Amino acid sequence: MRRWLYLLPVVVFGLMAAGFYVGLGIDSNVLPSALINEEAPQFDLPPLPGRDKGFSTADLQGHVSLVNTFASWCAPCRIEHPVLNALAKTKRVPIYGINYKDTGDAALSWITKLGDPYTSIGADDGQVGIEWGVYGVPETFIVDKTGHIRYKHVGPLSETDIDKTILPLVAKLQQ
Amino acid sequence: MTPPSLRGAQRATRHPPVEGHGAGRLFPPNRVRGRNDVAAFIAALAVLVCLALPAHAVRPDEMLADPALEARARDIGKELRCLVCRNQSIDDSEADLAHDLRVLVRQRLSAGDTNRQVVDYIVSRYGDFVLLRPPFKLDTWLLWGGPGLVLLIGLLALGRYMRRQAGITAPPPLSTDEQQRLAHILKDEASR
Repeated sequence: MRRWLYLLPVVVFGLMAAGFYVGLGIDSNVLPSALINEEAPQFDLPPLPGRDKGFSTADLQGHVSLVNTFASWCAPCRIEHPVLNALAKTKRVPIYGINYKDTGDAALSWITKLGDPYTSIGADDGQVGIEWGVYGVPETFIVDKTGHIRYKHVGPLSETDIDKTILPLVAKLQQ
Repeated sequence: MTPPSLRGAQRATRHPPVEGHGAGRLFPPNRVRGRNDVAAFIAALAVLVCLALPAHAVRPDEMLADPALEARARDIGKELRCLVCRNQSIDDSEADLAHDLRVLVRQRLSAGDTNRQVVDYIVSRYGDFVLLRPPFKLDTWLLWGGPGLVLLIGLLALGRYMRRQAGITAPPPLSTDEQQRLAHILKDEASR
């Protein structure tokens, strides 16, 4: 037997360990979006009851925007909401809301109780969510000036996400 | 329902342990009929199990009136992953998103899309991950080619091994001198 063969198990172990280590860091719940660098889908969502402005593709033209899907029945959205409120206060980027599979009344009372960070909100029965490739709320997209989707965040945004990822990218796209 | 301890107590007062004829009344002669009941029950269960169809989450109100279109929708639905439950197809999943996707598939089929167009539309939204059978592509070659690759490595190793085995020749036959010594040793062993 050649001597280098004795090293083979060590090498194989090393490769497997490296593979598993990388695998540990991958969150299998987060799927890569197929829509990155694609044009935002065409849609026109009605407003919440009693409000006059909904949310449509036209709103995304000419400036960088954040598009956030949320619902009153979604617990992680509740955790995310104060973060969105704080971001809205900085006026760095307009946040548009897609109220996903919710009832108008529940959404309205959610906004009244927890604050309204949204420039405008569209009520979606699920169809537009599919257009955006949404598979769970909350999901947040960054759309550039030309209406192309540049980034997608799955799950609630944290302050760290805002500071480390969202705002730097928004600033870059706003240039 | 009464708690078990209480039930036990009631039974104890109602059926005091009377020696002699107590046993016969507690277990009346329908013991034989009981066995038949069990057999009938098992038979009924077997029939039901055989009649059961695979559970689909497709709801009657989603189905299309046209059986041909509905069959195509089922074909598509079987191939699409529910992104909420991941290892179920949208036809098998009870998730809300799966319902929406089933409805969407049917809407697009009714609008005249081909199966291909419907699947492409959903893939354009959710990526290749939505396909339960991933396509053969540059970034999936290892997934599809992996087993073949492992087989190839195995065959190469086997070939090498067999060639080496064939190379090992039998030892040369014993010389006359050696044969005599061997016979001598064996005789010694036998006489011991």
